[in-house]
Amino acid sequence: MELVVFVLAAAMILVGAVGVVVRNNPVHAALSLVLTLFGIAVLFVAQEAHFLAAVQVIVYAGAIVVLFLFVIMLLGVDRTEDITIEPFRIQRPLAAIVGVGVIGLVVASVTASRDAIGTGTGLEIPTVTGDNDSNIRQIARSVFGDYVVAFEITSVLLVVAVVGTVMLTRRIKSGKGES
Amino acid sequence: MNALLAAATPTTTWYLVLAAVLFGIGAVGVLVRRNPLVMFMCIELMLNAVNLSFVALAKRLGDIGGQTTVFFVMVVAAAEVVVGLGIIVSIMRRRPGATADDIATLKG
Repeated sequence: MELVVFVLAAAMILVGAVGVVVRNNPVHAALSLVLTLFGIAVLFVAQEAHFLAAVQVIVYAGAIVVLFLFVIMLLGVDRTEDITIEPFRIQRPLAAIVGVGVIGLVVASVTASRDAIGTGTGLEIPTVTGDNDSNIRQIARSVFGDYVVAFEITSVLLVVAVVGTVMLTRRIKSGKGES
Repeated sequence: MNALLAAATPTTTWYLVLAAVLFGIGAVGVLVRRNPLVMFMCIELMLNAVNLSFVALAKRLGDIGGQTTVFFVMVVAAAEVVVGLGIIVSIMRRRPGATADDIATLKG
């Protein structure tokens, strides 16, 4: 059962990821991205990260991809781009070398450290209070306990990002001659 | 048949290998594509690959801290997408249809 879930989710992830890279149309690439993000959410559930799976669907597949689609529509770049034309002839082979190198090195190191990682499917995440805490309660204890300073700084980051984006994309009424 | 299925239960190594492949595809996408929006989507692919390995290792090591880290990564990724898309919108307004090669004004 776990095997079936893993294989199906992995197929979703890889098909979506390849689709993001090879699709001509940015809208199709964004929809392929949704496929990948849903596959990752499925694997989060399989790894007992239920809260993160929900956040993944809501924030990534819901908000971020919709934001991408909005920008695509807003800018009108949804026409098909010809990706067979390559300005730098050497770039594609170099990119392939980099990709294969990254994958090969990481896979080699993961398989080499298989003993340290262990061949089991995982331990139970220990519960803090002793009774059977849910995943969301454990994350809450962690976020609002050990990592509360990081959590507060995140709120500052979000405010800065929102204000900065509004300032960036605001149309300046009079002096529009910066370029 | 049941023993075979039990032997083929996905382990943490499988998840890490899948994350590595996803990261590699994202990296190739950033290097190959010219459209800034699609390059951005490929960066999201790489972030998600790292998130996947964090979650797999959190389960494996029995430490909820890995999942907390993924939570923070998601928040930062959301902020990053907002700022990045804002920059792309303001660039595209000035020069419609710009690709990553056209935006070389800062090159020394």
